[in-house]
Amino acid sequence: MENKLRLQATGISIVFGGLRAVSDFSCDLFDGELVGLIGPNGAGKTTVFNMLSGIYTPTSGQITFWDKDDKACVINKKSPSQLNRLGIARTFQNIRLFGSLSVRDNVKIALHQSRNVNFFDVLFRTPRFRLDEKSMNEKAEQLLSLFKIDNKSNELAKNLPYGEQRKLEIVRALASNPRLLLLDEPAAGMNPQETEDLMNLIAFIRKEFKLTILLIEHDMRLVMGICEKIMVLDYGKTIAVGKPDEIKTNPLVIKAYLGQEAADA
Amino acid sequence: MNTGSIFFQQLINGISLGSIYALIALGYTMVYGIVKLINFAHGDIMMIGAYAGYFVLRAFGPSIPVFVLAIFVAMIVCCIMGISIERLAYRPLRNAPRLNSLITAIAVELILQNLMRVIPFIGPDPRSFPTLSLPAIDIGFISIPGIKALVIIGSVLLMVALNILVNYTKTGKAMRSVSYDLQASSLMGINVNRTIAITFAIGSILAGAGGVLYASAYPQVDPMMGYMPGLKAFVAAVLGGIGSIPGAMVGGIILGIAETLTKGYGPSQYADAISFGILIVILLVKPTGLLGKRRVVKV
Amino acid sequence: MKNKTFRNMLIPAIIALIAIIVPTLLIKLAVIDEYTAQIITLGGINAIMALSVNMICGITGQLSLGQAGFMAIGAYSTILLTESAHIPLPLAVILAAIITAIFGFIIGFPTLKLEGDYLAIVTLGFGEIIRVVLVNLKDITGGPNGKQFNTILTFDPTIAYVVIIGALITLIIFLQNFIRSTYGRAILAVREDEIAANSAGVGVFKYKMLGFIVASIVAGIGGALYVCFIGFIKPDQASFNKSIDYLIFVVLGGMGSTTGSVLAAFVLTYLQEFLRILQDYRMLLYPVVLILVMIFRPQGLLGTKEMNFVKTFDKLRGFIAKKIGGEKEDGK
Repeated sequence: MENKLRLQATGISIVFGGLRAVSDFSCDLFDGELVGLIGPNGAGKTTVFNMLSGIYTPTSGQITFWDKDDKACVINKKSPSQLNRLGIARTFQNIRLFGSLSVRDNVKIALHQSRNVNFFDVLFRTPRFRLDEKSMNEKAEQLLSLFKIDNKSNELAKNLPYGEQRKLEIVRALASNPRLLLLDEPAAGMNPQETEDLMNLIAFIRKEFKLTILLIEHDMRLVMGICEKIMVLDYGKTIAVGKPDEIKTNPLVIKAYLGQEAADA
Repeated sequence: MNTGSIFFQQLINGISLGSIYALIALGYTMVYGIVKLINFAHGDIMMIGAYAGYFVLRAFGPSIPVFVLAIFVAMIVCCIMGISIERLAYRPLRNAPRLNSLITAIAVELILQNLMRVIPFIGPDPRSFPTLSLPAIDIGFISIPGIKALVIIGSVLLMVALNILVNYTKTGKAMRSVSYDLQASSLMGINVNRTIAITFAIGSILAGAGGVLYASAYPQVDPMMGYMPGLKAFVAAVLGGIGSIPGAMVGGIILGIAETLTKGYGPSQYADAISFGILIVILLVKPTGLLGKRRVVKV
Repeated sequence: MKNKTFRNMLIPAIIALIAIIVPTLLIKLAVIDEYTAQIITLGGINAIMALSVNMICGITGQLSLGQAGFMAIGAYSTILLTESAHIPLPLAVILAAIITAIFGFIIGFPTLKLEGDYLAIVTLGFGEIIRVVLVNLKDITGGPNGKQFNTILTFDPTIAYVVIIGALITLIIFLQNFIRSTYGRAILAVREDEIAANSAGVGVFKYKMLGFIVASIVAGIGGALYVCFIGFIKPDQASFNKSIDYLIFVVLGGMGSTTGSVLAAFVLTYLQEFLRILQDYRMLLYPVVLILVMIFRPQGLLGTKEMNFVKTFDKLRGFIAKKIGGEKEDGK
């Protein structure tokens, strides 16, 4: 089976002032892969995400992405909204929802690109507008029900319990119909049961939506449990890449997390 | 020779005006650097300083020692005002959405202006500021009016003092650290509230001195006198790079020169519009200002 | 399903018609005297300006201190278009709104691209610059003493009421439709969290501009109607103090709430008459109130809530039905 590349980063680095936050990071993400990005705090994982999602521009190196039409483009200098339209969606380490808006509206905003109306339709609420709104409502409800939060569609996003807020962020990311999904610590603050549910959910959406998923996580059970490939970062550099079993026993990885003694043990 | 000397004269005027803008701009830039707030009321602090100086000079008559006293009184009064405003109006809103703090800052400006208008012994009418008669300083073909020289020298002294404070003292280090990362600084044991209060105090002190100097050079005080210079000083701060102390100094001088030359050689009614124009150009071309640095947002 | 939509439209439509027709009749029949009619109609103008401020500050989340400047542009443009270009009044009003939009674009373009609070300072300067320019272009604008501009609205209170309140209601409907659409949602997303909005495909700059331009159009219309109604305009109308007046309506009524802003505008216009006694103290009272609201109740009266006419109607019906049902039981 031919496995196409979805994203390729070659030697990307970023320098802030005097600090080299990420140095010479490379990765190949293939269609449908579920990859984990791990490393101690401050290793540069979110910085990598920020480069891949357009919030930062790498100071060197190149990122190539194959968009929704499978066309290759260099995305170094593109803005997050441009990347979203090309097919990259993400969630954030500290949840960023549109708090004063309803759950449904949070999702509908990501459906923005598929809208089919102009100003006239909007101002006069033409039938075309109503149809458009109806189809967006349906799509949003559909996605929300997959994650079992459709009963809360009318609630304000900021009133949701923490776990459901995280789910909502993922739903919103999915709503933009991405090809690559970046999840930044999706299990943060979840108990073991919730984490278990999340693992199943991620596996489900990968299959259902035919996505490539890259996730940052500290919860090793989740990472080892569902990721096919794991990349390990420390002090901005990649120190290991491989399958979960290889990573678990890699002395460099153990040293980075637990110190030299543990590696020697 | 004549046009040349006029030009130099205008240049000196510009530098004199510019140094006052610089003094006020420093307050804007330091406060913005530390709490990310445009302190709209800052221009009116300058106005209060001018009035404080006015009353001192009126009480004791214009002479050099009284003038120095006036500046000190102005600085003390403004220092108290700056700290009080921060404590009463800005601190409660430190964690509120930025829009709310901005609205409060506007409100404080309005209160200061209108308070001065209604207080019976001040009132809305302009009063003339007692002037010192100083000899002019003659350098070659240029004759610098004594008061303008005083303004320049006074401002330079204050800016040097500020530079020493910010770069060579513990307080200054605390100020720089809080402006970089408020939460981290407090975790490091820095008393954030005190540092912010000190920043407001220093800014207000400079504005107070600036007010007295401004009123000596353009001898009139009225409650609205801080409005325009305040706006222009803010433009100067943006021009130099908001958050950057040397930037405020540079921006102030440039703006002062630009405005004076416009008044001298161009349509004078539009001299005020020049500052606005400079603002738009800078925002279009280099929004971080001449000496400013791009701040990276942590996501 | 279709019935519900029809009903949802019918109830507010009936209320709107009542709000226009009843007072018009009362004014025509002199049951409402001319003075009161003028206050109400002025309230309408202020409500339109409040809509403008609400759009940029409440909905888009950007502080603009220059909406009065746009109002002045709308007013003076209307005068110029009718007097110098001999364009019929209704068309002139529309063109004035377009001219105001162009200014909005020019001001917003360099400013909204940036992160930070530059819009506040730029719009502050903008209002003042407009005022200075208007004062200095004496030949066109009549200078600091302003310009007369009498229209049918100036002399006939009934027509003034119909036109202005009619315009207000139309604007409310259009703006509400706009807010509850993809455009509105995108703008709200930018207000809530720029980074998240950007990452969800919403162009932050584009939608800030959209909000700002819509706000300037509304202000332009407000200015055009103002000058037609009052019959007179001065450059002072562009000043910072005026912008603050309009900002107060929205802060008190609730930033983000159309209902709140409109209500506050009417109430404060009415109170203006009493506040006139305070004179200079008024400009002391306003900012003190602003600060108190910001510290103790930043969401204003209504926060971001809107009055839902249909829900209120249903509640009323339910309430009345209960009462009647109760009486029937007693009567047994």
